[in-house]
Amino acid sequence: MNKTQNNKAWFLVLPVLAIVSLNAIVPLMTVVNYSVQETFGNNLFFFEGVRWFREVLDSERFQDSLLRQFSFTGIILAIEIPLGVAIALSMPKKGIWASVCLVLMSLPLLIPWNVVGAMWNIFALPDIGLLGYTLNAMGFDYNFTRQAISAWFTVILMDVWHWTSLVVLLAYAGLRSIDDSYYQAARIDGASKWAVFLYIQLPKLKHVLTLAFLLRFIDSFMIYTEPFVLTGGGPGNTTTFLSIDLVKSALGEFNLGAAGAMSLIYFLMTLLVCWLFYTLAMRGEER
Amino acid sequence: MARIDLQHLKHSYIENPMVEDDYALKEVHYTWEDGGAYALLGPSGCGKTTLLNIISGLLRVSEGKILFDGKDVTALQPEGRNIAQVFQFPVVYDTMSVHDNLAFPLRNRGVDEDEVKRRVSETLDMLDLTKWSEKKARGLTADVKQKISLGRGMVRSDVNAILFDEPLTVIDPHLKWQLRSQLKLLHKQFGHTMVYVTHDQTEALTFADKVVVMYEGEIVQIGTPEELFERPSHTFVGYFIGSPGMNVLPVNIEGRTARIGGTEFELAGTPELKPGVRTDLGIRPEFIVLGEKGIPVSVQKVEDVGHHKIVRAAIEGQDISIVIGESASVPADPHVVFDRERVSIYADDWRVEMGG
Repeated sequence: MNKTQNNKAWFLVLPVLAIVSLNAIVPLMTVVNYSVQETFGNNLFFFEGVRWFREVLDSERFQDSLLRQFSFTGIILAIEIPLGVAIALSMPKKGIWASVCLVLMSLPLLIPWNVVGAMWNIFALPDIGLLGYTLNAMGFDYNFTRQAISAWFTVILMDVWHWTSLVVLLAYAGLRSIDDSYYQAARIDGASKWAVFLYIQLPKLKHVLTLAFLLRFIDSFMIYTEPFVLTGGGPGNTTTFLSIDLVKSALGEFNLGAAGAMSLIYFLMTLLVCWLFYTLAMRGEER
Repeated sequence: MARIDLQHLKHSYIENPMVEDDYALKEVHYTWEDGGAYALLGPSGCGKTTLLNIISGLLRVSEGKILFDGKDVTALQPEGRNIAQVFQFPVVYDTMSVHDNLAFPLRNRGVDEDEVKRRVSETLDMLDLTKWSEKKARGLTADVKQKISLGRGMVRSDVNAILFDEPLTVIDPHLKWQLRSQLKLLHKQFGHTMVYVTHDQTEALTFADKVVVMYEGEIVQIGTPEELFERPSHTFVGYFIGSPGMNVLPVNIEGRTARIGGTEFELAGTPELKPGVRTDLGIRPEFIVLGEKGIPVSVQKVEDVGHHKIVRAAIEGQDISIVIGESASVPADPHVVFDRERVSIYADDWRVEMGG
């Protein structure tokens, strides 16, 4: 059967294209605009080529926050993904307790970022906060406003508390979608619990875990509010992640060119990592 | 290989079953002989799969006992029962190759690698899967996947029984025949006890030595295909086996005389009836002769199904089907005669014997 070629339907996409260009492409282009120019007062702009990009990439400050950013994202992914899967595996499959667990799990996800930051700030205060006080009472020297280690510990713990649930919910949904006959067949085949996890559950979770990984990567790579409220990037610069640094540079120092270049580098990095990960994860998949 | 005794099994999915209808499986008491090929036949929801899962241990039975060769296995998990089961829809381990899929049940049981290789390549050969051996199971078509499932069921030589739960549902018709013959061959070769669940009578009748017909959680008849056809012990069996099914007509019995509406005729014997039961007469469409003598019928339509014709007619307002030869024709004033020896009488749906 011959299909008639008719591409007129593409015109229907035009309104969407118009809206997307207004809300995404135009703002992005202003950033591109800043990133290649030097600004003086009175709206005087001079073309600078790639100077800002070179400067940003060469600066120790950027490299340091980038390193901090990757360390943070790496650590929270290494904790949240396995932990989320483990929790999802141990949750009840049905009945009232399944619902109770799901609601409890969703709670942290419903709390706004700045509230989470403020909560943990108070929670972790060494003299009056429950966590801070308890740790100190147990003999740990803990003060997140003064010690880099304590600050990192608190930021990571906060993120794990806030976002592991997302991985749990995705993994739980993935687990529920596995047909019973797989478990039955595994029992007939005499498979151990570990074998069931390795050969049935994990392969079936691949897609949701890819999604969870991407979401958590993007989100944690762009994290701003929570550490900003909790530590303000300190002590010193020890918890100054990329976005905090970017805001400092753009709004604190009004360094528009450098900030524009940094934004673009930042954006392209996120895009690149996501693309790489997705391509690798989906390799060998039919369709 | 084992003899399997099912002793007074009853199963309910409800926690505290009160009435008979709460049971998905009502009182099953039966022995599967060692090395027998059985088919469990019945409509959807009649308890076939429940019974199968109870035998394999996937379900813990509510009441009763299961013995393998005299040993009580009621409390054992499937892995302890050494049973193979093939499910309706293909279950494969996506990330493993076809070879590893088949090797999986063996490796889990610590069989040494040389033996694994030998058994797996034998099974692959038998199912014509050798050319896929090194492929990942994920991308294969449904019928190859189902062959893998079958292979995993058959790869262990020492199993007590192999259970099949409608395994050929997803297989193409032309492959179905071939696979069923292979299963049959396998059964002859290794003598495993095999139980095959299906709702397709052709499948059941061609696969099994003994067909077990289930209806609403009960076994209504166990017999050879011939017995099921000639002497259905329950009206359901008569209706379910054969195409078209047996004609079942409400009848009044007095001694040897049967009366349908205003028509009377003699039976081959006197049915042994308890008073107050509902009586039906069962006669297969194949055993009715259409001619110009006997009971008058009105013919509604004639369906030509190729090798014979099916006449849809009515006696005293009751629909019946009659099978006639491909070249036979319907007379102008149609009458029918029932083959007396083939008439069965049913009391409350159960067949009664004819007395002298």
